[in-house]
Amino acid sequence: MKKEKNAKTAAKPAPSLKKDREMPFYVVKRGDAAKTPGRSILIHGGAILIALLLCGIATIFVTGDNPISIYATMFKGAFGDAHNLWKTLQDIAILLCVSLAVTPAFKMRFWNTGAEGQVLISALATAMCMFYLGGAVPTPVLMLIMILCSILAGVIWAVVPAVFKAFWGTNETLFTLMMNYVAIQLVEVFLKVADKSGSNTVGPNLLKHGWFPELFGQKYLLNILIVAVLTVLVYIYLKYSKQGYEISVVGESENTARYIGVNVKKVIIRTMVVSGALCGVAGLLLVAGTSHSIDSNLVGGRGFTAIMVSWLAKFDPLMMVLTTLLLVFLDRGASEVTTNFGLNSAYSEILTGVIIFFIIGCEFFINYKVMINRNHPFFKKKEQEAAKEVL
Amino acid sequence: MFEFLSQFIQRSILQGTALLFGSTGEIITEKSGNLNLGIPGIMYMGGICGVIGGFFYQNAAGRSINPVLAILIPLLASLLGSLAASLIYSFLTITLKANQNVTGLALTTFGVGFGNFFGGSLIKLVDSDVPSIALTKIAKVYKTTLPFAEKLADSENIFGKILYWFCQTFLSYGFMVYLAVIIALVAAMVLKKTRVGLHLRAVGENPATADAAGINVTAYKYFATCIGGMIAGLGGLYYVIDYANGVWSNNGFGDRGWLAIALVIFAVWKPNLAILGSYLFGGLYILFNYIDGASMQVIPLLKMLPYVVTIIVLIVVSMRKKKENQPPASLGLSYFREER
Amino acid sequence: MNNVAAVELVNVTKTFGSVVANKNVNMDVRKGEILAILGENGSGKTTLMNMLSGIYHPDEGQIYIDGKEAVISSPKDAFAYKIGMIHQHFKLVDVFTAAENIVLGIDDGKFDPKGISKKVEEISARYGFEIDPTKKIYEMAVSEKQTVEIVKVLYRGADILILDEPTAVLTPQETRKLFAVLRQMREDGKAVIIITHKLHEVLSISDRVAILRKGEHIATVNTAETDETELTELMVGQKVALNIERDEPQGSVDRLTVSHVNCVSREGVKLLDDVSFTAKSGEILGIAGIAGSGQRELLEAIAGLQHLDGGEITYVNPKNGEVVNLRDKNPKQIKELGVRLSFVPEDRLGMGLVGNMDITDNMMLRSYRRGKSMFLDRKRPKNLADEIIKSLQVVTPGTSTPVRRLSGGNVQKVLVGREISSAPSVLMVAYPVRGLDINSSYTIYNLLNTQKRNGVAVIFVGEDLDVLMELCDRIMVIGSGRITGTVDGRSCTKEEIGYLMTKTEKAENEEGGKG
Repeated sequence: MKKEKNAKTAAKPAPSLKKDREMPFYVVKRGDAAKTPGRSILIHGGAILIALLLCGIATIFVTGDNPISIYATMFKGAFGDAHNLWKTLQDIAILLCVSLAVTPAFKMRFWNTGAEGQVLISALATAMCMFYLGGAVPTPVLMLIMILCSILAGVIWAVVPAVFKAFWGTNETLFTLMMNYVAIQLVEVFLKVADKSGSNTVGPNLLKHGWFPELFGQKYLLNILIVAVLTVLVYIYLKYSKQGYEISVVGESENTARYIGVNVKKVIIRTMVVSGALCGVAGLLLVAGTSHSIDSNLVGGRGFTAIMVSWLAKFDPLMMVLTTLLLVFLDRGASEVTTNFGLNSAYSEILTGVIIFFIIGCEFFINYKVMINRNHPFFKKKEQEAAKEVL
Repeated sequence: MFEFLSQFIQRSILQGTALLFGSTGEIITEKSGNLNLGIPGIMYMGGICGVIGGFFYQNAAGRSINPVLAILIPLLASLLGSLAASLIYSFLTITLKANQNVTGLALTTFGVGFGNFFGGSLIKLVDSDVPSIALTKIAKVYKTTLPFAEKLADSENIFGKILYWFCQTFLSYGFMVYLAVIIALVAAMVLKKTRVGLHLRAVGENPATADAAGINVTAYKYFATCIGGMIAGLGGLYYVIDYANGVWSNNGFGDRGWLAIALVIFAVWKPNLAILGSYLFGGLYILFNYIDGASMQVIPLLKMLPYVVTIIVLIVVSMRKKKENQPPASLGLSYFREER
Repeated sequence: MNNVAAVELVNVTKTFGSVVANKNVNMDVRKGEILAILGENGSGKTTLMNMLSGIYHPDEGQIYIDGKEAVISSPKDAFAYKIGMIHQHFKLVDVFTAAENIVLGIDDGKFDPKGISKKVEEISARYGFEIDPTKKIYEMAVSEKQTVEIVKVLYRGADILILDEPTAVLTPQETRKLFAVLRQMREDGKAVIIITHKLHEVLSISDRVAILRKGEHIATVNTAETDETELTELMVGQKVALNIERDEPQGSVDRLTVSHVNCVSREGVKLLDDVSFTAKSGEILGIAGIAGSGQRELLEAIAGLQHLDGGEITYVNPKNGEVVNLRDKNPKQIKELGVRLSFVPEDRLGMGLVGNMDITDNMMLRSYRRGKSMFLDRKRPKNLADEIIKSLQVVTPGTSTPVRRLSGGNVQKVLVGREISSAPSVLMVAYPVRGLDINSSYTIYNLLNTQKRNGVAVIFVGEDLDVLMELCDRIMVIGSGRITGTVDGRSCTKEEIGYLMTKTEKAENEEGGKG
């Protein structure tokens, strides 16, 4: 253990290899990830505000109108009169219903991108019941069959990928995504069978029976009430039921689930049954409660938007009411603006995209901290300069 | 028979080329571990940006179209558009470590909206007096074929006929059809045979190991996602300018973006297999035109085939657990290196 | 030629937060020698070597390579200084071939698979490796993977090789082969550093041995001038008195019997090898051993989380004397059989608790199924949470705080508190005081003693020998998945345990009962 001290003094300082290539900033995970509500709300609110401002600026650029009148128009489009208000509430109800459907699976970290198809296939089941059984059986019976069939269809569409995921680890994102297009083509088959004229929709003239009743003269009220009840139920299911608890445990850590003896395969399949059933309800509401018609674009991307709604709301059904409100407001508002200026209604999708970019981007600042790398030459130099100045 | 087969193959290739661009781009992206569900949106962005570029050029140039500029301007505009879209995705998922599925879907919403909005409102926005966007002149340049194919049309002898048939089937396309094949082959080569490809695959399989070996994981992910996005964007450009003769129609591109993602699985993440796969999918897409007595009801069933086949491939691959055919091991996950 | 040290560490210190991993370490390794680094778990061996391979950067002190001061801030820098480390956990891409893994990350111009294979074969021939450059990693046995790792660093031209417990995953034959290779490298003038716990290996392979204890460099001795006894003494150090209370076991009866349990990993490595023992009520049975010797697998096998490849685990119900077989049961089934088994796993936030859930929700992880209702009863867990916070003095804003936000000691109190609350008759705890401060540690010791007094059979897996010797009634030592001996907690010596920990079957065969 003898040390050769002279070797040390003779040594030249080694070149600082590649040091300068490192970034002036680095990132560390926050230990208390996301659980400081104050900061989280502040960051989210800030992100939405910036996004809205950006959207406003873009809209000014596109339409040449002044910002206040644009926001006024948007507000009018969404809530302006009774008709618009009901339409907005209805849109919220349907989107919320689909979002509720994807949430249990998401909480379990099962990336179901197939809500679009699950809703559509249920819509198809509903429409087929209306088409083939309408008039043949009494309306209450028809209603019952419709409800059963649509839920069953949604469950089947959801549970097939779940079984493969549980037993063989088949990638659920891609599987469910593909199932969407199978559903779309099945609807196309039905359209061609049901309407020999070759039209792209099977409309109310062919689906005459099994319409949901109007409540107090309001066409959409029943839908809205059903979804309101479902929201509360899903909230309770996830938060207070044993099954909901198991979903959280599996989602957070499969190792812990094993440790407490939870059958992970069973939970995956059971949860997708719940998801599929909720999609079934959404399909039912769309056909029997809203459009009384079916076409292959009936769901209109809500299955995908729902994923974003659920994610933005951190899988909390009550928060989802707010996120759907935000997105539907943008959608309805933007379409009012674009109609006024004779522009294409796809503008609202651009706004939706921008808002979501900002919200998912801001998550980073909740979960991570950006630190300054003091060893970086950039700061070293500054420090040295500062030191010199002091001298 | 020749006639029929030749025509069918030709149309399958025309139909499949957009898919080939998309799936090659997505394969490159996925090889870096990024599952980019924004590809459909990026393809719309690539398409509409090319159209916007072409629109301005065609309006400015008036009657005298310079073929080089007619090709380059839409091409560059398209590449820029899809690059911008890819950068949004990359920044969010790589730098900000956002969820890839959600970011991808948001990008698709954004991109499709962007395409349809500008496609539907461009004329009004620039106060142009043309009735609709029809880049026919540019499309013509894009569709210029190799010169010798047509000369053999009236050939009498048998070799001439076969040669004509051959030329019709394989050589009668605009340059983008070949470009798609070349890009796919080059991508396959790069992935398999080069150091860059090796490093890229390592990043997608095991970013921690790649990082430890001194590979810049972030740079590779950005690079692959952006290059992949730009290639996919060319698929959108091809569709509007070549396949659709320069006429933009809203939602005309349809679900081809998702089909391209399906194709990635079908081709088990190999760009060279994607060439065959895309033509096969293209063929399935138009098969109904060629089946005698195919009733209207059967058409959707045929259109369903590519997706069903993809699902089956996905299931078989996951059941057989053959390591080579699995998705890249870190697909869909963000990489975060702990402080050291 | 051996005058200049290949690597010299001068006053190297590294801290993580408040934990000192290495303190003023001075050490050197020469060209053409094999230096063994010996030390218990947590003695700072791996941290020290990680500073050489660019994974950590020393807080203080200098590293000299060939007599020149070196700044190693990334693995790439380490390569530039010709340092190559073979980690315990291989860093290989499964679907790549050996050759592809070997060249990964190297930028030396043209990519030429044939040239690479040729160079790999050259290296293999030189040192006597057997390696197929075209074979995929996932088709390889563990020893082959290790070979790939070694060739990987040699391919990069490493002159200084660091091997972190290379023999832990190898069979005796494979170990012999590896040692032949290492000797060949020594002949070649390379400096080889090998981290190991196995004394007989240290004696058979190394030229010098550096001993680390609690982050400090204790001594470097010439292998030829030492023996197992001296090394063990240097490694474990003097016994430190901790004053942990310990009562005599009262009315002990057999509670849990493990007989001839075998467990094989997917790669075919024996994780547990014919393990048999009995845990008695009213006593604390300590399990000592080098980390990764099978402790985790053993506890998980008892808890129903590990598939057994042979043997039985039986439990005697204290209420009615009924004997229950736990083999091939999952945790839920074990519970349903009326077995009162509590388990504090090593991975607290990854297995025992859910970090993002609050204390109340974590309280019911094991008991949420209670009752027929489909809804959760949060009242009881809430009361339990309040009780534990109060009685164990958990520092937290309240019961609705996610456990991730608690400090390590408080997390452990929550976990142990919950496991004890179910009035177990067998309590298994794995490294319960790891990362805890002194006060929290004593809280845990007291809890375990209370359980013992209540007649619980406590199984305590620990790493600090001083604690094991003051807390446990019996200490069982596990090495490479085998029970190497059981000693009395009151009368044993530290050297005795240290020897059992580093002893393996092979040692006895080869050295003929030395020491």
